[in-house]
Amino acid sequence: MTTTKPSPTDSGSKPTSADSGPRPTATDPGSKMWTSRLRRAWLDKLPPDKLLPDRQPSYVASWIYVFGVLTLAAFMVIMVTGLGLVLVGPNWYHTSSLGRFTNSLHFWSVQLFFVFMVIHLWGKFWMAAWRGRRAMTWITGAVAFLASVGTAFTGYLMQTNFDSQWISFEAKDGLNAVGIGAVFNVTNLGQMLLLHVCLLPLVVGLLVVWHVLLVRRRGVVPPIDAGSAAIPADSSTESGALS
Amino acid sequence: MDQTFQLAGISDPATYLDAGWLSVSVPNLVVILAMFAIFVLAVVVPFPKDRDES
Repeated sequence: MTTTKPSPTDSGSKPTSADSGPRPTATDPGSKMWTSRLRRAWLDKLPPDKLLPDRQPSYVASWIYVFGVLTLAAFMVIMVTGLGLVLVGPNWYHTSSLGRFTNSLHFWSVQLFFVFMVIHLWGKFWMAAWRGRRAMTWITGAVAFLASVGTAFTGYLMQTNFDSQWISFEAKDGLNAVGIGAVFNVTNLGQMLLLHVCLLPLVVGLLVVWHVLLVRRRGVVPPIDAGSAAIPADSSTESGALS
Repeated sequence: MDQTFQLAGISDPATYLDAGWLSVSVPNLVVILAMFAIFVLAVVVPFPKDRDES
């Protein structure tokens, strides 16, 4: 972090060097500090009124637009219950009543997460949600879905019971058949455990954050037959744009 | 708990429906049909209006 010299008009003091003018401060539009450039880029792409809007277009008043946030809510329950399971461990969630309850909450919130996400996916597919420069929003959502499938699969291997043993031994034949069994060894509990509780939640979480920020930036996609009067003027809904 | 599972048939192997190349268990089919029903309802059921707008 660099410091800036006080402006002569601020304190009445003179610059220490006779031929040097006042240096740009971090708040100057022309400041080249990386923090200033990052802040300007962020505010340019995602100003506060877009990041945290208090109103939405009228077409958002439909049940089909609810399933994205339902998916997010289920994801939060998954993360909170998963943190509880990580903190106390398998001996707890296999033997105690509270542990079983937490484990069940984790399991059933995953089921709801996928139900909500699939309905969200169907809704966005049929309204061609990649319109209006929303291609990356669509792609991050699709990749988050695939990453979630992998996370859920490794979760089934985390049960440390006969069910997980059966699933892993069935899956290993399929994975060996496609040639990735050596690097993705589903019978290696340590590898699957670390993938499920460390790497994959981080990947899904980052993709979800990226996806939501893109939704905020581009706005919620309007229905295909929405009239221009219903679409906000600053919405990125130029016809046919895909980038 | 075990008696509940037995009554619900949770511990029993699922019944599978086969149609050519397609094979699906009844529980999975029920979930898929439920998702489809929720999707249709979400499209056709009107959303409650804001009281301020009425």
